[in-house]
Amino acid sequence: MSPDVSFFVEVVVGGLLSGVMYALVAIGFVLIYKTSGVLNFAQGAMVLFAALTFVSLVERGLPVPAAFAATLAVMALVGLAVERAVLRPLVNQPPITLFMATLGVAYVIEGAAQLAWGTQVHALDLGIDDTPLEFGGVLVSRFDLVAAAIAGVLVAVLTLFFHTTRTGLAFRAVADDPLAALGIGLRLPRIWSAVWIASGVVALVAGLLWGARLGVQFSLSLVVLKALPVLVLGGFDSIAGAIVAGLIVGAAEKLAEVYLGPVIGGGIEGWFAYVAALALLLVRPAGLFGRRSVERA
Amino acid sequence: MPRTTPIRALLAGAALLALGAGASAAEQYFPLQSYRVGPYAAGGTGFFGGFIDYLNLVNSRDGGVNGVKLTWSEGETQYEVERGVEVYERLKSRPGIAAWNPLSVGIAYAMIDRITADKVPLITINDGRTDSTDGRVFPYVFPLLLNPYSETSGIVEYLAGREGGLDRLKGKTIAVLYHGSPYGKETIPIYDLLAKRYGFKVEQIEVPHPGNEQQSQWLAIRRLKPDYVVLRGWGVMNPVALKTAQKTGFPAGRIVGNVWSNSEEDVIPAGESAKGYVAITTQASGAQYPVIQEIVRAVYDKGAGNLADRKRIGSVYHNLGVLNGILNVEAVRIAQERFGHRTLTGDEVRWGFEHLRLDEARVAALGAKGLFHSINVTCANHEGEGRVTFQQWDGAKWTVVSDWIKPDWATLRPIIEASSTAYAKEHGLTPRDCAAEERADAQSGKRAAADIK
Repeated sequence: MSPDVSFFVEVVVGGLLSGVMYALVAIGFVLIYKTSGVLNFAQGAMVLFAALTFVSLVERGLPVPAAFAATLAVMALVGLAVERAVLRPLVNQPPITLFMATLGVAYVIEGAAQLAWGTQVHALDLGIDDTPLEFGGVLVSRFDLVAAAIAGVLVAVLTLFFHTTRTGLAFRAVADDPLAALGIGLRLPRIWSAVWIASGVVALVAGLLWGARLGVQFSLSLVVLKALPVLVLGGFDSIAGAIVAGLIVGAAEKLAEVYLGPVIGGGIEGWFAYVAALALLLVRPAGLFGRRSVERA
Repeated sequence: MPRTTPIRALLAGAALLALGAGASAAEQYFPLQSYRVGPYAAGGTGFFGGFIDYLNLVNSRDGGVNGVKLTWSEGETQYEVERGVEVYERLKSRPGIAAWNPLSVGIAYAMIDRITADKVPLITINDGRTDSTDGRVFPYVFPLLLNPYSETSGIVEYLAGREGGLDRLKGKTIAVLYHGSPYGKETIPIYDLLAKRYGFKVEQIEVPHPGNEQQSQWLAIRRLKPDYVVLRGWGVMNPVALKTAQKTGFPAGRIVGNVWSNSEEDVIPAGESAKGYVAITTQASGAQYPVIQEIVRAVYDKGAGNLADRKRIGSVYHNLGVLNGILNVEAVRIAQERFGHRTLTGDEVRWGFEHLRLDEARVAALGAKGLFHSINVTCANHEGEGRVTFQQWDGAKWTVVSDWIKPDWATLRPIIEASSTAYAKEHGLTPRDCAAEERADAQSGKRAAADIK
């Protein structure tokens, strides 16, 4: 392989692996949106809260499995509390009201995280060696490979859950048509509670992987900025869409930065993903995999 | 044993009240635009903690500066410019303001016109706009110790030292990885200039804010194969740079961080990948310096320390805060010798900063030998010729690995003056005549000294 080709491959592979990390955050959004139509802007804050809680418990001497279990319980409670205290009272309000409510929740969670665990930054070592692996001159991050595998397992578990369990079936029914689901006797509040708990669990997995990548610090809540173009591109209600769009966004922004950046000025990857997502919106308003809603007067 | 009668108690209370009233009449106030929550709280708690610890030390050990008690209060900014300005507007009417110390480039920029109109010094230690070094155009702004151009020159001098001399930089390649913000971009022209002067190749690569994803930048660096990478980062960009460098096989020992990439908060999240990383600093870290030990004894052991975690004593941001305290207090002390041992106006404290000359002997007397080198502020030079040193992270602590290095001020001054002159022209300002001011000052200073006696 010529150096130019191997460099190109390295950029693409690195981008795809980064894209998996973006998708991991996007999945948390999709879960909530799919079943309740709420764009949960607090997902980034939940990622921060989960990682900060886990690392703080470990630093206080709790064994890693116990800290993981305790954080899992805390995140389930956080998800439940947000649903009960904020979103349930606002049911049937316009989507913008619900969105603004989650914006407020994001600030509350961020403040609570710093109040409870302090403002210091923490290292999070998951025991995954991050020296690169070399395949024919192409370096691939060992950590990113493991992270991609974990994300893959998470998606598989979620898919199995949605397709093989009664609760999963109920989720899908609510996502398809909330009124019809209500009509056949499904208890929407219980399903919404369950899905907020699930989103807390996804936040924990994303928090641990992103925390190991960036360090556990306030900026973790900013990872939502990476998930938003993924959601636009993949559709807000499709887990498969989040994965595929994550891969596309990851690879496209890296290729743009490396090959287009020097021509039109560096630092373009921050906004390039948004430009790509906006361009797609013009031709597919529901994203690549999102459901197109048809309303008849 | 004398019995305490109600009358005696009343008299004692009245005496205490009188003492209290007397103390409040002689106070010098520091308004603090601190940030203890939000994304940059780790740096904010360290810096403002160190600053307050030093003010506390001076009050408890010396009873203030020549009997003038130092006071302060904080307004939370979360490092946001609009909140910083709001705190300024809220606190600016307090009596006896000595100086403003926001430790935020954005807030400092927003305050320049305001503090100039209000005639109170604005201290931007190690940061701020480079051309505010020229006190002829920016009379109230003090980028003490290090402006961005001096930092650049200091880093190039250090790399030259590693290579065996400035002439050995010829043919080398240096990549500068900078934060995509006005702060990050400020040094682009000076790196280009120094590259041309010393014959090295420089490639400047932008990282978009906040910098939590840098795969493509480091792949570009991998293709470039530079001899060194200079990290001009901020916040989360720093540990991500170190981690991504490891992923792409670039050794940490050949990465040199700038002054906002040099703290424990920048390396601890990066874990093993930060081992061997070197960064510039104006103040060494560690708690072994006499002034820090005094703070431990006189402040922390009495339960009055500002840091919640004593383990952070001597950290980079804490020591920067202590150093900032030393410089502020010494400026007040110098101004008091000129204007009297009383509460000073902001303009009088500005005079103190413009005569802030701490040589190595005075630094040692202050208990700060080894913590920082020296400072020599004048009317025209508000930076004060600060020296820099370099520290290496070993996974647990920073260790100094260089002497105190002098940036190439002679090269930088004409560029700074060109920029400040353009600023003066744009804003319709007439630069001060420092020589004339100093002559007039010497005359009136003699009279003032006689008056004090």
